[in-house]
Amino acid sequence: MSRPLAPFGRRACRVTANDGVGAYRVLRVDDHDGPRPAPGQFYMLAAVERWGAGEDERPYLPRAFSYLRRVGEELHFMLEDVGPGTARLCELRPGEELWLVGPLGEPFGPPRGRAVLCGGGVGIAPLAALQDELDAEATVLLGFRDAEHAPGAALVRDARVATDDGSAGHHGRVTELLERELGDGVEVFACGPPPMLEAVRALCAERGVDAQLALEAGMACGYGACFGCVVATRDGYARVCVDGPVFDAASLGEVPAH
Amino acid sequence: MSVAFCGLELAHPVINGSGTFDAIAARRAFGDALDAAFPFSAFVSKTITLRPRAGNPPPRLFETPAGMINSIGLPNKGLDGYLTDDLPQLARLPVPLITNVMGATAEELSELVEAVGARDEVAAVELNVSCPNVATGLDIGAVPAELERVVSAVRPRTGKPLIVKLTPNTADVAACARAAEAAGADAVSLINTLRAMAMHPASSGSPPTPWLGARTGGLSGPAIRAVALAQVAAVAAAVDIPVVGMGGVATGRQARDVMRAGATLVAVGTESFRDPGAGGRIAGELAELEKACKTGQDRQLA
Repeated sequence: MSRPLAPFGRRACRVTANDGVGAYRVLRVDDHDGPRPAPGQFYMLAAVERWGAGEDERPYLPRAFSYLRRVGEELHFMLEDVGPGTARLCELRPGEELWLVGPLGEPFGPPRGRAVLCGGGVGIAPLAALQDELDAEATVLLGFRDAEHAPGAALVRDARVATDDGSAGHHGRVTELLERELGDGVEVFACGPPPMLEAVRALCAERGVDAQLALEAGMACGYGACFGCVVATRDGYARVCVDGPVFDAASLGEVPAH
Repeated sequence: MSVAFCGLELAHPVINGSGTFDAIAARRAFGDALDAAFPFSAFVSKTITLRPRAGNPPPRLFETPAGMINSIGLPNKGLDGYLTDDLPQLARLPVPLITNVMGATAEELSELVEAVGARDEVAAVELNVSCPNVATGLDIGAVPAELERVVSAVRPRTGKPLIVKLTPNTADVAACARAAEAAGADAVSLINTLRAMAMHPASSGSPPTPWLGARTGGLSGPAIRAVALAQVAAVAAAVDIPVVGMGGVATGRQARDVMRAGATLVAVGTESFRDPGAGGRIAGELAELEKACKTGQDRQLA
């Protein structure tokens, strides 16, 4: 999977649908001029109208999201309202426009073994995109907080679910499901909240299993300009936007908490 | 709308602020399309220091009303890394290259200026003087006498145009601009970011924890535009050398305001984070305004 390049600059794209899936929204965007992205890549999103004047007069900067899948010329994004930027994106209606820059960043590399996909919360998005592109069926393990969020599992095929409160699937952490899947010839593809990714990294390191982690970081630009999204790697700071967002787990020290 | 600046002939008056656009990384993201539609009429490098710097610990960004605070900490490969790795790549850009350098002492700055100024690929050198003096703790650029001493020491080390990037975190920016001019600077650029801080949103302990890894950072974006305009006007009135004005410019009209305040060039920074092509867009809007002005179609009360 070679890395597709983004067209230079931002482009205005029309929202075609915004559907609720449990606590999440799935935003569909017409990107007929955009290239086909590779799983793990992301886009910078901002509403064309009314971007700002929310809580604390924000948002100001665009927000980074992995795409959930590409269907025809439509990009799908999985959102949860957790702040002024996501709040505005979650309320976008069909016909409204979005500024879009992307696809950006380094995608997942091809599996070097039997793929096990492990995700949590909105971090399941790049795994859905990856599942669509894999030749062989992969084991998919997803973690959610509670019954309100667990319906997000429907966005990925044949997923086994864990919930923190036991309201759906396994009562506990998704990494407890992951532990049982690890073995020779397995490669883990993971994305989710930092504590989950750190647990995945530590578990895979301990068991000698390869893993590719898609990290999240607050970023201003998404294309290497601001140097704001760095993560500590064994070779020093790396920019999540251009050196990642997908990192070989072995290249990271520890996944930071923010 | 070509413009003359320190002996350079630039295609339009819009350049980038140092540290707000990494042309090498942008080429990784956008490929050759970047060069085909390069948004600036000259490219200003991020700050280069004598030795490599890793930059500040994260978090490095905080979004504010109409802007952001950054505490990036000038990560760079150091002078040798810049000359060996970056310069050949930057030389391929379709516009003149301005290299920005920072040092803690006049000696460090002199060494940097001489080394980058000697390279054919470099059209001009910009001094970042927002660096604390190791001895006094004060920013070199914040004290006119200190600034004049440092720029005077550096000036003879290159025949290339020398631009002094002024800090806004000073009592009298016009006095600093006059000091730079007296020391032989060919131009001044302003404003750099305003020193700023944000508390951790979840901070409840005592003492409260700042959000940024380096505690404080620099504020940029539309939030500082009005401050920038006042400082650009004050400096332009105080010196005869050209001024590069910047601070929160996001549209052609705002760029024109900065030029009307006395700037020869306008630099775009934070807006490029929101819109990678912002520089080119703003240059286009500026040209349209110029045309409208000439044909009497610029209606302020529309």
